[in-house]
Amino acid sequence: MEKRVLFRSAWLPWVLIAPQLAIIIVFFFWPAWQAVLQSFQMEDAFGMSKEWVGLQNFQQLLDDPSYLNSFKRTALFSILVAGSGIALALVLAIFADRIVRFAMVYKTLLIVPYAVAPVIAGVLWVFLFSPSIGVITYYLGELGYGWNHMMNDGQAMALIVIASVWKQISYNFLFFLAGLQSIPKALIEAASIDGAGAWRRFWNIQLPLLSPTTFFLLVINIVYAFFDTFGIIDAATQGGPGQSTSILVYKVYQDGFKALDLGGSAAQSVILMLIVVALTVVQFRYVEKKVQY
Amino acid sequence: MIDRNPWLTFVSHAVLILGVAIVAFPLYLALVASTHTADAIVQSPMPLLPGAHLWENYQAALFGSGKLGSNTTVVRMLWVSFVMAMVITVGKIAISLLSAFAIVYFRFPFKMLCFWAIFLTLMLPVEVRILPTYKVVADLGLLNTYGGLTLPLIASATATFLFRQFFLTVPDELVEAARIDGAGPMRFFVDVLVPLSRTSIAALFVIQFIYGWNQYLWPLLMTTSEDMYPVVIGIKRMLAGGEAAVDWNIVMATAIIAMLPPTLVVMLMQKWFVKGLVDTEK
Repeated sequence: MEKRVLFRSAWLPWVLIAPQLAIIIVFFFWPAWQAVLQSFQMEDAFGMSKEWVGLQNFQQLLDDPSYLNSFKRTALFSILVAGSGIALALVLAIFADRIVRFAMVYKTLLIVPYAVAPVIAGVLWVFLFSPSIGVITYYLGELGYGWNHMMNDGQAMALIVIASVWKQISYNFLFFLAGLQSIPKALIEAASIDGAGAWRRFWNIQLPLLSPTTFFLLVINIVYAFFDTFGIIDAATQGGPGQSTSILVYKVYQDGFKALDLGGSAAQSVILMLIVVALTVVQFRYVEKKVQY
Repeated sequence: MIDRNPWLTFVSHAVLILGVAIVAFPLYLALVASTHTADAIVQSPMPLLPGAHLWENYQAALFGSGKLGSNTTVVRMLWVSFVMAMVITVGKIAISLLSAFAIVYFRFPFKMLCFWAIFLTLMLPVEVRILPTYKVVADLGLLNTYGGLTLPLIASATATFLFRQFFLTVPDELVEAARIDGAGPMRFFVDVLVPLSRTSIAALFVIQFIYGWNQYLWPLLMTTSEDMYPVVIGIKRMLAGGEAAVDWNIVMATAIIAMLPPTLVVMLMQKWFVKGLVDTEK
């Protein structure tokens, strides 16, 4: 798509685009390139010597059970976060779409978690689930269920999933609500006249028409679970107990900055980049095509 | 509303109230915790109604050093967060307006290459290239500076795409009219295009401000000097002493203070915020 009418100048467009290009070259492409280079090198922790090792870093990663586990954990975590986040938001959006009174109040209150920093979301939920003083822990205890996410792998995973879903629900909710409200009223009315009840209308009209939104949100939520949950995990579990909540992005940080395994961390970065690029391609392939109803 | 089924309306309200209650519960409890003494909170279960120590807790949170295990006050951290969020927001909007203008309104060699270069940055967050980015920033001597805090986060193109989409919908007649009036490209940009983009700018402002304010991983890596910590780092540091030693009332007071600016921005500018979200992504 292009404009019919354009301005003509040999130098002005370059001046206009220069700041953006300069910043993305220095702080995006250069580091990304370095990550790729580094992933083929072995460097000692003090940066004294470098050695070209080909695919050895990748080989080591793929042979390392802790990395493969981190992969599986990340997959499980993102499925749980995306799945429950999308489902809950959809339910809320459907009911919010139905009502007129107080709609604004509900909407405003449901949006708030979007504004909360991930790391603060982590702190809030740790406070509720703290083994020693947590309110929810206390009431779970009263019900006969012992909670200690510092000892129990499954509970640690549950904690970061809950906090991540809590934070992401507002985003999904807004998209579903916008999607529902863009469905032509005539369609719903016609179905109504044909005698379709609320349930039928939801199942046969609204849900199919929401499928592009749902697919889009699926990709966005997976990317969110992969990257934006770093703060939640760092505040809530710090990857523990053991490695049980150390998802890929947390492992890049742990191996790179804590353990100073530069080549290994770079190789992990490269794999992560490939995953994101793949997700982006999928998104544009399908969403761009399917988004027109 | 198609059918006025009162029962369904009742269920709708019930579901939404339940949803809001669950979403608001952690926030409510943080607020309650921030009004009690540290001793009251470690009682099990902690009180579920507000206490009487609001002022002293917030005062301690804002001005009391030492609580953080550092010499920096939360006031200083709030300032760092604010500057960081503003520089990221304004910087991103400014460079994106300019580059989107160049891409939409000019034809120049390598235009498509530039376009794709910018496009590539769209979904790759700083998290995947933290180590090399850290190295670049260190080599440029930008550790512990606002430049180092903000520039790598400005380097992505969501805003450019939003503006590009918007510019493409601006009628060509406006350019022709400007031309006939003898206006050059920059004149057109400043007097016509930027004013027309007000709504998109407002929407992006909200989104980018929250993005900047809430940054955690990047400042965690590149700030070693305590007076360059943004407030979210400060909160995390308060938990460092292990659960027993934490003054939860002060932590929660600080958390409330840190949440306040982005929450206010979202609530006050809800209309633009929603527009911005829905437009950027689709």
